[in-house]
Amino acid sequence: MPDTSVDTQSTTPTQVEAVTVRFAGDSGDGMQLAGGQFTSTTALVGNDFSTFPDYPAEIRAPRGTTFGVSGFQVHFAARPIHTPGDAVDVLVAMNPAALKTNVGDVRPGGMVIADEDEFTKVNLKKAGYGPEDSPLDEPAIKDRCRVVRVPLSRMVREKLSETGQGAKEIDRCRNMFALGMVCWLYDRPLEPTIEWLESYFGRKKNLPAVAEMNVMALKAGWAFGETTEAIPERYVVPAADLPPGRYRKISGNEAMVLGLAFAGELASKQVTYCGYPITPASDVLHGLANLKRWGVQTFQAEDEIAAACAAIGVSYAGGIGVTGTSGPGLALKGEALGLAVMLELPIIVIDVQRAGPATGMPTKTEQADLLQAFYGRSGEAPCIVLAPSSPADCFDMAIEAVRLSTRAMCPAIILSDAGLANGAEPWRIPDLKSIDAIEINHPVAQSDDSEVFHPYERDVETQARRWAIPGTPGLEHRVGGLEKEDVTGNVSYDGPNHQHMIHMRSAKIERLADVIPPIEVGGDTAADTLVIGWGGTQGAITSAVGRLRADGVQLASAHLRYLNPMPCNLGEVLARYPRIIVPEINSGQLQLLLRAQYLVNAQGINVIQGRGFHVDELVQGIQAIIEGANG
Amino acid sequence: MSSSDTALPTYKPKDFASDQDVRWCPGCGDYAVLAAVRKALPNIGKRKEDIVFVSGIGCAARFPYYMETYGMHSIHGRAPAFATGIKLANPELDVWLVSGDGDQFSIGGNHTIHAMRRNVGLRILMLNNRIYGLTKGQYSPTSERGKITKSTPMGSLDQPVNPLALALAAECTFVARCIDIDAKTLTATMERAAEHEGCAFIEVYQDCNIFNHQAWFYASQKNTRPSNTVDLMHGEPLIFGEERNMGIAIIDGKASVVTIGEDGVTEDDILVHDETDRSTAFLLANMFHPELPEALGVLYCNPDRPAYEQASHEQVVEAMATNRETDIATLVAGHDTWMVED
Ligand code: SF4
Repeated sequence: MPDTSVDTQSTTPTQVEAVTVRFAGDSGDGMQLAGGQFTSTTALVGNDFSTFPDYPAEIRAPRGTTFGVSGFQVHFAARPIHTPGDAVDVLVAMNPAALKTNVGDVRPGGMVIADEDEFTKVNLKKAGYGPEDSPLDEPAIKDRCRVVRVPLSRMVREKLSETGQGAKEIDRCRNMFALGMVCWLYDRPLEPTIEWLESYFGRKKNLPAVAEMNVMALKAGWAFGETTEAIPERYVVPAADLPPGRYRKISGNEAMVLGLAFAGELASKQVTYCGYPITPASDVLHGLANLKRWGVQTFQAEDEIAAACAAIGVSYAGGIGVTGTSGPGLALKGEALGLAVMLELPIIVIDVQRAGPATGMPTKTEQADLLQAFYGRSGEAPCIVLAPSSPADCFDMAIEAVRLSTRAMCPAIILSDAGLANGAEPWRIPDLKSIDAIEINHPVAQSDDSEVFHPYERDVETQARRWAIPGTPGLEHRVGGLEKEDVTGNVSYDGPNHQHMIHMRSAKIERLADVIPPIEVGGDTAADTLVIGWGGTQGAITSAVGRLRADGVQLASAHLRYLNPMPCNLGEVLARYPRIIVPEINSGQLQLLLRAQYLVNAQGINVIQGRGFHVDELVQGIQAIIEGANG
Repeated sequence: MSSSDTALPTYKPKDFASDQDVRWCPGCGDYAVLAAVRKALPNIGKRKEDIVFVSGIGCAARFPYYMETYGMHSIHGRAPAFATGIKLANPELDVWLVSGDGDQFSIGGNHTIHAMRRNVGLRILMLNNRIYGLTKGQYSPTSERGKITKSTPMGSLDQPVNPLALALAAECTFVARCIDIDAKTLTATMERAAEHEGCAFIEVYQDCNIFNHQAWFYASQKNTRPSNTVDLMHGEPLIFGEERNMGIAIIDGKASVVTIGEDGVTEDDILVHDETDRSTAFLLANMFHPELPEALGVLYCNPDRPAYEQASHEQVVEAMATNRETDIATLVAGHDTWMVED
């Protein structure tokens, strides 16, 4: 936590290590844009960062209501960080509803910058306050935080009145004023934002007047910071010590899109993405639809089932078939995935997990589809299961999914989540040439008609059947959902063959353990306690373990990105630790798997509130388990 | 991806027979359809390695196992979606979908509508026996109202779906109807479907002699066919009847039966079939026995709409020709990057 103590009155910028800023306003207030631009600027200044956009579920909620509040949180630091931050240091509240829904997250001693002009009777009522309420003066807020009241709307209107534009257009620039103010507060340059505004509104949308208004508002926000005495202090967050190289900002969904496109290049195959719109996975469909210039094909199917089936059809015909969805969609795809397991065809399934069951909380994150990915099909139908550990890791895992799925001839499910999908971090752009090509060998034409082609003949090393594709003369064969006799692929109701095939379908996946990296143990490897997580929680777990170790607690930590198969050394690693702690955003699904598979006494930390772990709660959770055991 | 470097082999029907034993009930109409398909395929100018049979679940869905081509026996109702994926990955493949009434219009109704409106280049053979055969005799979405079956002891309540009208409403660009045992029309219609770029739908009246025997006998038999059905030929008048003296005329906007030579009716009064006319096709699709003869042959054909998979590939080709980054590393790096120095 930075020390931005409220009673300091110095005017020279105070140096702080890490800061969390949240922009909050109505969904029409442009908070995502302001937050995104602030993040880009932060990146250029050389900080490490992690973001958390928090969209309302309603698309156009009535203005000023609490359920229409949109937030964008950015955590930036002079050192490596891994989460979007627990508590907010500076909250920008554009209206009473934004204050109401967000002020509870501001840390004691933090700052609340509010547009006081928006605290009208009407708006207070919309936000659920009484007409006589004055939330900015309430002791519960005032005594805990420094409240900075800014006549933001009025100043924007005054400043921009000379442009002669309408009131509506002028009001739309309020977010840039707020951004300008926050840039001043943290001594961030305005130029990158000005450049972006001029390029986006000026050139791309051909609205130079809009660009100009926004630039004016942005500068006015900075100037206000400079002249007002309401904000007595400025802060600087020096550049972080990141590994050298070229960086970009990337979100999980963006990384997934690029990873899939690049996997197609690595495999020299066309990627066809079959999807159906669903939050929070739709951006993968949008992103790939914009990559047709790289040979990617996209297909918006009539439903989730059709999307999965079409992807399997693509793979059957020799392409890279990919389908993407969220938890409810994965449930719908279950029968088709069972067929892909039976047909022994590769297919990539992306599940951007959200809070369930049913519609649940579509914009909120969760890790509760792990067991669905493992077992959510009829019969025994194992799939490869992978889980990226950070937004950027979605790039690597998309490639791994294609590599492993085509190697084992089996579906691969990638478990991303809403936090990874929308959160962004700096990404050191990899050297693409250092990534191995994905080798795929289809059996070739058979001219000798006397030789019967056996579609289920298996590779000795991988145990996978050969991927013969239509269009190849002499290899005509039939596949289907009825049980197959091994080797010939003929329909078979033979009991022992069925058992053998069940075994083969999972043995192929187990063999992949030889070609995936072993799990690495970090921290105090000789400690008694191992903290082990999976997927999108890596950042929070790393931060919590780091903090506890800095306080002298001995902890080892490890993180799973490959879940089926599990790394080959996992059993041996787990056996070394008498105490195993498994933090998850579910009720203990990995915990269950580890207990069942390795007979270890894994204990869970389970917070399922539609958000990522707070580092604080993890620290406390780990401490409680250790103390409980010792006490 | 298709192997076109050597001359097309001359196939015989038996070249399309796989080594699998056919396991339909003896006397099932599916046998006749299988024979007709094997007879038609040598004439469509395709190599057998470029042909894929896709099916869902049901008696008819066993079809791919019996064809010496590529084939996929998929899951119930979803064959149109699998077939769409196959066409998207390789538009050169000749993809046939064989289904039944339950597979196509009950569980697969949604996919059917969307494959049709997209105009995916599929040849759909829907073997309509008006019953669930594989699950041993429940009423199907094409069963007539009041049908007594195991699941409807007091008679079914549902209005049956009209497959041809539904196909037309779903913007299908080739809509036809045949009878299982009429090999001539069936083979000829399949050959025409094979020429069609977009989605071709053929409803086949198929006899399930175990659970719904004789359901189509009013139309399929030597003594019933002439007067209860009418053969459609593009540009020819709709004449039918034992004596070939009956015809269909449009009277007050409705299809009506007239007799040539009676009440001053001449051949000139008979409706001439124009298979490019969609509204007349609706009219034909709604002719039902016993009021009217049922239409057989190609009701509607619109060869002008491009096939979906072709259009999809054209978009990719067009995009690849414009605006592309110099290399994929440039794409991955994006527009806004920054350097962290040592
Ligand atoms: S149950 Fe009916 S449709 Fe099925 S195979 Fe037997 S006769 Fe044919």
